[in-house]
Amino acid sequence: MSRRPYLREQSKSGWWLSQPRYVRYMMREVSAAFIGIYALILIIGVHRLSQGEIAYASFMASTKGPAGLLFAAAAMLFAVYHTLTWFQVTPKAMPLTLSGKRVPGGVIVAAHWLGFAVASAAVWLLVGS
Amino acid sequence: MSDRTIELEILRYDPEQDDAPHFQTYTVPCQEDWVVLDAINFVKENLDRTLSYRWSCHMAVCGSCGMALNGEPALACHAFVRDYPERIRIEPLQNFPIERDLVVVMDDFMEKLAAVRPYVIAAEEKDVEDGEHLQTPAELARYKQYTACINCLLCYSACPQYGLNDSFIGPAALALAHRYNLDSRDVGRSAREDVVASNPGIWECSFVGACSEVCPKSVDPAAAIQQTKIASSGDYFMKFLMPWKRK
Repeated sequence: MSRRPYLREQSKSGWWLSQPRYVRYMMREVSAAFIGIYALILIIGVHRLSQGEIAYASFMASTKGPAGLLFAAAAMLFAVYHTLTWFQVTPKAMPLTLSGKRVPGGVIVAAHWLGFAVASAAVWLLVGS
Repeated sequence: MSDRTIELEILRYDPEQDDAPHFQTYTVPCQEDWVVLDAINFVKENLDRTLSYRWSCHMAVCGSCGMALNGEPALACHAFVRDYPERIRIEPLQNFPIERDLVVVMDDFMEKLAAVRPYVIAAEEKDVEDGEHLQTPAELARYKQYTACINCLLCYSACPQYGLNDSFIGPAALALAHRYNLDSRDVGRSAREDVVASNPGIWECSFVGACSEVCPKSVDPAAAIQQTKIASSGDYFMKFLMPWKRK
């Protein structure tokens, strides 16, 4: 009797297509790239603003082209997906116990959304309109 | 008396004859209340005595009958045939070498499990006649969920990080390390740290979460690992803020 174990290698590049849950995970990871690029564009915008009104106006015009709008829409969708999925897993990473009782996961998720709404409202009040 | 006939497509591998695994199909008359393990047992008893697989308790306690059912890691005793289509593809757990048919080599896991020292490391040894290490219900509640692990390896099979890099300590071992770290009777957290808080430890996990989705005992290893990451990051910063507090 000889031992000859056989290992079925996982595909190094295509593994994430083998299960819907892996695809969802990769979408969540890829969302960071969209958010990163969006942040980069924002930084470029601030830099252009420092160069004066004409430079800033031309920057603004460039973001309003079809490619700019398409990217902004995609970045928005990915940002929402990122937020949704991360808030959803917060009870796992940060379980809370209050006076000996575990706080239900739904409450922790809701608290994050509430914080998100308050922060958004604060930003809107500060720089909006 | 059979209620439904199904086809089991089982991955076979005989290390003495085969160069690679291949599928073999069996037609099995199933009863309404059968689990997949019953159907496999039917094959073994009536159709093909050469089929090898592990099983013992038939009630999701022993953790022996983990396999991939239509690509999804599951306990064969915990999966009703009625919940599957007419054809069930049965494979050994992914990410482990196949010893024979549905039996996988679990040596790698056993080494990793031992490496995280999954037992209570008490501050001082106590003789049996000195009585129990007492614990309040609240102290028990902190870690109880993680004690439910039955080492069935479904989490390792579902984890793409382990599939890509088998030096990863992996979900079950890290969840058990967390279980003992949370135990009020245990002082072994720093002793486990070298393995747990290393790159192949918690930091190899990218929170895919598949381990928790397939866990038959709701252990939630993904949660355990994320909590360990937070605690470990806390340790890292405390080392600079309060160096005198370290061991």
